[in-house]
Amino acid sequence: MRRNLILGGMLSALFVLAALISYVWTPYDHVALNIPNKLQTPNAVHLLGTDHFGRDILSMIMVGARTSIAVALVAVGIGMGLGIPLGLWAAARQGSWLDELIMRGNDLVFAFPSIVIAILITAIFGAGAINAIIAIGIFNIPVFARITRGAALSLWQREFILAARVAGKSAARISVEHILPNVTNLLIVQGTIQFSLGILAEAALSYVGLGAQPPTPSWGRMLADAQTLVSIAPHMALVPGFAIILTVLGLNLMGDGLRDYLDPRLRVVRA
Amino acid sequence: MSLLSIQNLSLSIYGLDILRDVTLSIAAGEIVAITGESGSGKSLTALAAMQLLPKGTQTKGRIMLGETDLTQQDEKTLCGIRGNDIGMVFQEPMTALNPVQTIGAQVAETIRIHDRSISRAAAEIRAAETLTRVGLPQDRFPLGRYPHELSGGQRQRVVIAMAIALRPRLLIADEPTTALDVTTQAQILDLLKHLARADGMGLMMITHDLAVVADMADRITVMREGEVVEEGETGHLLRHMNHSYTKMLFAASGHQVSLPEVAAQPPLLEVTNVSRDYRLPRTTLFSPAGHFRAVDDVSFTIHRGERLGLVGESGCGKSTLTRAVLGLEQVQSGTITLDGAPVFSGNAPNLAVRRKMQVVFQDPFGSFNPRHRVDRLVTEPFHLLPDPPAGADRTRAIDEALTAVGLTPADARKYIHEFSGGQRQRIAIARALIIRPELILFDEAVSALDVSVRAQILDLLAELCGTYDLTYLFISHDLSVVRTVTDRVLVMQSGKIVEEGPTGDTFDNPQHPYTRSLIDAAPVLPEMHAAE
Amino acid sequence: MVRYTFKRLLSLLLSLAVASLVIFAVIEVAPGDPASFMLGMNAQPETLAALRTELGLDTSKVARYLAWVGGMLTGDFGTSYTYRTPVIGMVADRLWVSLPLALYALALSTAVAFPAGIFAASRRGQAGDIGVMGATQLGVAIPNFWFAMMLVLIFAINLRWFAAGGFVGWDKGFWAGMHALTLPAIALALPQAAILARVMRSSLLDVLGEDFMRTARAKGLTERQALWRHGLRNALIPVLTIIGLQFSFLLAGSIIIEQVFYLPGLGRLVFQSISARDLIVVESVVMLLVFSVIVVNFLVDLAYAAVDPRLRSRS
Repeated sequence: MRRNLILGGMLSALFVLAALISYVWTPYDHVALNIPNKLQTPNAVHLLGTDHFGRDILSMIMVGARTSIAVALVAVGIGMGLGIPLGLWAAARQGSWLDELIMRGNDLVFAFPSIVIAILITAIFGAGAINAIIAIGIFNIPVFARITRGAALSLWQREFILAARVAGKSAARISVEHILPNVTNLLIVQGTIQFSLGILAEAALSYVGLGAQPPTPSWGRMLADAQTLVSIAPHMALVPGFAIILTVLGLNLMGDGLRDYLDPRLRVVRA
Repeated sequence: MSLLSIQNLSLSIYGLDILRDVTLSIAAGEIVAITGESGSGKSLTALAAMQLLPKGTQTKGRIMLGETDLTQQDEKTLCGIRGNDIGMVFQEPMTALNPVQTIGAQVAETIRIHDRSISRAAAEIRAAETLTRVGLPQDRFPLGRYPHELSGGQRQRVVIAMAIALRPRLLIADEPTTALDVTTQAQILDLLKHLARADGMGLMMITHDLAVVADMADRITVMREGEVVEEGETGHLLRHMNHSYTKMLFAASGHQVSLPEVAAQPPLLEVTNVSRDYRLPRTTLFSPAGHFRAVDDVSFTIHRGERLGLVGESGCGKSTLTRAVLGLEQVQSGTITLDGAPVFSGNAPNLAVRRKMQVVFQDPFGSFNPRHRVDRLVTEPFHLLPDPPAGADRTRAIDEALTAVGLTPADARKYIHEFSGGQRQRIAIARALIIRPELILFDEAVSALDVSVRAQILDLLAELCGTYDLTYLFISHDLSVVRTVTDRVLVMQSGKIVEEGPTGDTFDNPQHPYTRSLIDAAPVLPEMHAAE
Repeated sequence: MVRYTFKRLLSLLLSLAVASLVIFAVIEVAPGDPASFMLGMNAQPETLAALRTELGLDTSKVARYLAWVGGMLTGDFGTSYTYRTPVIGMVADRLWVSLPLALYALALSTAVAFPAGIFAASRRGQAGDIGVMGATQLGVAIPNFWFAMMLVLIFAINLRWFAAGGFVGWDKGFWAGMHALTLPAIALALPQAAILARVMRSSLLDVLGEDFMRTARAKGLTERQALWRHGLRNALIPVLTIIGLQFSFLLAGSIIIEQVFYLPGLGRLVFQSISARDLIVVESVVMLLVFSVIVVNFLVDLAYAAVDPRLRSRS
């Protein structure tokens, strides 16, 4: 199963690299209009073809990777930064009103899919990449809170936690010193998965116009532009679509690979 | 002519040898016990007889049920044999039943799966008869009950009913009472013995408990690391053990230690009229919440230098009491003081008192954080000290504690997964000793260990009593262990202390009926040392 | 069981109350005065004041919240700022597209995922399992709106089996309506089916390792019989949770898929309302979406109890 990790890692690295390179170099200027060159299919000059304004699609994909990765990364950061402490806290006070409050709050946020949050935010502040980040980030909070609490609860039953309590350590200290290191693997794996879901969500929000606004390039907006032209210029839809699929696939494979690699139980079996 | 005959069975899983050249036989109506420590291959021998082996298993040799070699049968024939000719009972009754099906449906399934022509109603009538036969009469345990509505012992009876519903020729029981309390264990063992005799069934009994073995088996097979080391008729084998491993096993099971004498000392821990209630979920919406009194008006004293035992069955409140003494949970009424200071002051545990107490838990695998090294693990109690030793002092303390429990200072840099169960329990004791506590609680501290390892830990305990002047509370369900490592004993039932007294006197001459039933139910090793 | 249902019902009502408060509060902080937005720049102050009174904008926040909730309870969702028609009518029309679409997709995804998950679990590690798992990896990675575009390209533009977009309306008959919703439903169901198949498989594999499965085999059941009689119902418990969660993703996803197919559903209504700053419509649609998610999860809780007797009898 190491194959998954390597293949997934390589795919993900490819897109991170493309995003990083785009800061210093792209084949063409990704905003420069060149109408005479419009709707070229992939060829030696424009490796992935051009769009209806004659812009180079490869350059747009590279810069678009920036948006996707940045939005998804910050959204996962928000989810982890708030969700993990909440989950640890709820687990440490299991059964108390605080635990109940945190978990009911989580359930409530789960009733607001990220698109709905995005709609609410956009209705008030207008569309933009920042709002997409907030919408996806809010939705990630209960995901991480729930998974952290679940894993932490089973750890709290273990005798080594009881031993730490006998040693007079506070619940907060135990959470940081004993619980967190033992749930890290799980959180890394979940983080990878949420990252890939974030990329999908960003694409969807940008597609319906709730995400990144022009002229910021984004894979979702490229697809929105491609929609009306899909019968005459299918490459305009295929290229960004494959970019999304390969990135998400890469991240998911990496998540699966990491889970197998990090799970000590599986490692023991293999040894 | 034997009913089941295993001939030269060798077995490997993904190339790893598990069984080597195992030969044994069971006659109709005979009870054969297969015994040994963990890793002896006794459970896999049972699964091989069922032909329910894990994936990747390769076998050599023959398993003859009458005239049929089970290793040569196809899956369809084997399905016809399982449940019909061979029944099996498992160790863990809490998980052996399907939680979403009624007990009636599950017992009737054994009948219906082997006879497609029988009607549902007829199968249910037979299921009801079988349940009555195993001690679950229909008026109290109707077919519509779900597993979660039954106790562990009752669930084990359902599993037995499923196994014997078709009156198989052979019954295999894999540690059938290990998860049960001693009085329940006695009842289940009686039931199995009775069923084997009444139906003329062969019974293959897998157990690690030599007292159970000696008590009920006609013949005994002793296994070690995948091989049969000794086999024979019970009475004969107990008198004339040939193999050194068999002798060691029996000696370790009845292992006695002698504790150093201590003079009468002032009281150390005083527990006075302690009660602890748990809230029950409301039964109806508007009725007040009910309460369950886990510990009910308990009082006792431990004197300095005294080794006190606490025995009782699961659910009797001993765990709750332990947590209360450690100051992990607040009690509703009563006081617990150590050296006159309360373990719980206000709403928070009293850390000044806490540092005088340490605890050793049952599970040698779960009681350590797998991500820390031994030096960090054993020094965790230093957190209780206002001025914990550092640098060379810390290293010296670690070395001393590890050496005291029979390990070496070099072990400090290792991770916990590099140690065996017995070594882990030594590390747990080192962790308890490192701050030189005045009182140690041993919570089922040797219950999860194999007998030979248990004997070594008990020896260590006796030795430490001499060098460290230990005072401890030893909590266990195992009467024979409590008998040898304590001076005085408390017997707990349903949250109350029902009897207390010097250990020897209490066990030899119990006053309370509950103590008597506990002692009567516990299987005992026959006196065999004379014959050695 | 009655007690369990009652408890769930109580929690349902509480969730709805809090959700409505959150939505109301969020819309309240929105900048701009709807009345002046509706009448444009050159409105007379008197007309503006009259409209504000008509819309109830001059009363206190608490009164407006109570009026909003009270209205919803009696089926009055207020009046659209821009269209000046009752919101309830607009929403009801659109709901007849979005809700059937989500249910259609849920049915499709379940119908595909259950057999696929069971198939993969029963052939663990074999070619069939690896094939199904590979397909689900891909299914999870494909954005559903992109998949929808590809479906349009292949089945509508090239093969001409379906219309590329729009909705004929239910008055053309049930099958005509379902036909129009088929491509959107497939696109919507794809990622959910992939997720559900994975959950079904891993849940079944977990159950296969349980002690009671070994007990069943010891009774003489074949591996297949044990799987169907004892494995499936136990494996269903975590799968139900996911189905409940999926409904919310399906509703949300339908908002996006409607854009691809130009379907007159809630999604298009919401986007039109956002660009027109018709906040009362946005507020009502969001509340409706959240309401249906909460209700579906309540139903899932009840389904749990039907599957698991331990929940039913917990007193």
